Amino acid sequence: MQLTLFWIFSLLMILFALGVVSLRSPISCALSLVGSFLALAALFVTLDAFFIGIIQVLVAAGAVMVLFLFIIMLLNLQAEERRPVKLSAMVGAGAIIFCFIKLLAEVIAASPLLSRPIPLLQETATNDIAMIGTTLFRSFNLPFQIIGVLLLVATVGVVLLSRRTLK
Amino acid sequence: MIPLSHYLMVSGLLFALGLGGVMVRRNLIIIFMCLEMMLSAANLSLVAFARYGLIEGHPNYEGQMLVFFIITVAAAEVALGLAIIVALFRKEQTTHTEDLNSMKF
Repeated sequence: MQLTLFWIFSLLMILFALGVVSLRSPISCALSLVGSFLALAALFVTLDAFFIGIIQVLVAAGAVMVLFLFIIMLLNLQAEERRPVKLSAMVGAGAIIFCFIKLLAEVIAASPLLSRPIPLLQETATNDIAMIGTTLFRSFNLPFQIIGVLLLVATVGVVLLSRRTLK
Repeated sequence: MIPLSHYLMVSGLLFALGLGGVMVRRNLIIIFMCLEMMLSAANLSLVAFARYGLIEGHPNYEGQMLVFFIITVAAAEVALGLAIIVALFRKEQTTHTEDLNSMKF
């Protein structure tokens, strides 16, 4: 059952990601990216990371992609007109991707530790969000505060950047 | 049952697709979307490692914390990057990388 779900969602994710890379209208790209993120959230849930899955849906597939769609509509981008495809870019990208995948496959094939089956969780370990909260506020309290400051700085920066006249 | 290598392979494929998109596409906003895809591919492998490296029967929550922080930083990065793209569009009226060549050597 879990294996079937894994294959369904990873196929969906890869197909939507192919759509992002190959579709020409920016709106279709953004919507494929939403689909890819939703399938990725489902993969997180198959890994028992419920909180991360929900955050992925809310933040990445929700807030971030709405921002992308707003900007695409604001700039009124149409489908790109056909320009001559740069052969060198295509060949370079193909070669790098091929080498990357080949290297990854060889590393995975060479390490037997990576092919062991999924270990069972402890029976009582069900409250994912409580564990996340404990870890976040005990071991990661300082990074949590820092990330708050980072978000504040980003907000101020966006407001500054989007003023009509940059000084 | 699913071995860890399946998850790593899928995450590697997603990363490679994002990388290819960054190299081939010519629209700044779509390049930005491909960057997001690469970040989430890294998230997938982090969550998979956290689930397979159990600590006393719990997933390794420190890995999931890293994913949490990556998602937050990615959101901040998208907000800033899109603001920069809008400022650029106001000045140059384009988001096509081939038309933005004033810093080209």
